Amino acid sequence: MASTIVTFELAGREVEVMVKPMTTLQAVLRYQLGFTSVKEGCRQGGCGSCTVLVDGEPMMSCLLPVEDVAGRRVTTLETITPDEGVHPIQQAFIDHTAFQCGYCTPGMIMISKALLDHDPHPTREAIVDALAGNLCRCTGYEPIVAAVEGAAQATAGKGAPR
Amino acid sequence: MKLRGTGVAAVNYPTGMNLGGDPSQALIHATTSGTFVVSLSSTDLGQGHRTVIGQIAAEALGVAMEDVIVDTADTDTGPHDMGTFASRATHRVGNAVIAAALEVREALLDVAAEELEAARTDLEFDGQGNLMVRGAPARSLKIADIASAAQFKYGKTIAGRGAFMKPKSPVDPETGAMDPDSTEAHACTVAEVEVDTETGEVKVLSIRSAYEVGRQVNPALVKGQIVGGAWMGMSHALYETTAPYYPDPGHAPKDFSEYLMPGAHEIPQIECVVLEYPSSNGPYGVKGVGEMTANSPIPAIVNAIYHATGVRIDELPVTPELILRGLDAKRRAALVAPAADTTATAGR
Repeated sequence: MASTIVTFELAGREVEVMVKPMTTLQAVLRYQLGFTSVKEGCRQGGCGSCTVLVDGEPMMSCLLPVEDVAGRRVTTLETITPDEGVHPIQQAFIDHTAFQCGYCTPGMIMISKALLDHDPHPTREAIVDALAGNLCRCTGYEPIVAAVEGAAQATAGKGAPR
Repeated sequence: MKLRGTGVAAVNYPTGMNLGGDPSQALIHATTSGTFVVSLSSTDLGQGHRTVIGQIAAEALGVAMEDVIVDTADTDTGPHDMGTFASRATHRVGNAVIAAALEVREALLDVAAEELEAARTDLEFDGQGNLMVRGAPARSLKIADIASAAQFKYGKTIAGRGAFMKPKSPVDPETGAMDPDSTEAHACTVAEVEVDTETGEVKVLSIRSAYEVGRQVNPALVKGQIVGGAWMGMSHALYETTAPYYPDPGHAPKDFSEYLMPGAHEIPQIECVVLEYPSSNGPYGVKGVGEMTANSPIPAIVNAIYHATGVRIDELPVTPELILRGLDAKRRAALVAPAADTTATAGR
């Protein structure tokens, strides 16, 4: 089938990509646009390492045809990282040594951002529920849960920056 | 019914191995901007190898950690190393890096002696990135400036080579005796579990450990290994297998959704204390603390299951099926020998 042009919003700008039908958002972000935080762990929605936000909702971008995000706003770890310094959730991950090899970290931070945007004061149970679809092979999860709790405290009342 | 039990297990874990000898090498050179590149062939798997080697190099060179670049890029072009395994990297590579740093310091002294017009033996490192004439702090040079002068004024390299090798130790054919490792770290783990006798499911409530790992180069990374390793041990004990219904490979898991691992919902309370008894042969007294962290949680959990249910299981992972079959066998045994002293047979 013929390629089509898809436009969506990324990092405050409209981007336009030419894709074969059923190309995933993950493949477009990582391989066409160079947004390498968007990992390709399993390509079947099993690991969460490709998690991005679409209009603020967390999505596994490896399962999402890019046509489905036409006209919508896509948020990745790159787009929430400020030019100077790091995002409060990134800082919390550093403070709690919440990563080792780092492969799951972009997905973990994006799912955490989605949680904190919806629920700035999550219970531990809510954090654990939010992380349930994201795999980590190094940390044993506890440091990640602690980091999200720390990020919630750090951003409490202020709202996590976009 | 839910039964609770507590189990304990200990581990003595070797640092490094010894098959045909176990060498690591390191090269260090100064760049024109006065930073130091440490070239290695042992990679960082995420445990923080580059961080601890950067710390060791900075300490041995007497410069700030920010001025050290650890390059583990390419095993084709880097100095020889057996690799990152056997909990060996901090010990082996750390020793090699210290040896290389000593050569670098000699090269720095050569140039600094000329720049400061002082005898080599009168110079000392301050550990803060400077070289000075002993007793005359005003006659001091930044190490970065010495490195720059070496390259642009004297046409010299500031570089060092380092190697560490655990020599091959043959096995005594009569006794089997050999010298297999360089040092050993130790740990003891206490696990608490709750076993559901209806479903056979095991919930790990806590994993508490004491570790003796020699000198800690980076306590946050050591804790990361211990906490992550406790989860890995729990995962090996209760979940992970590539062949759940061996020998038919058709039932083997094909992806993350079929390969079972505990997630954020299953994490137990994990606590640890770390004791430091420095080794005699590691850099600054370190021992390896990597693989060992996934060891003692496994038998501790299996022992806790035995304590809770009286079912002794000797294969991994401990599936609900194994526990239910074990409980059934226990009930049948009790029916066959109803007169037996139950306190003596419990759990057999």
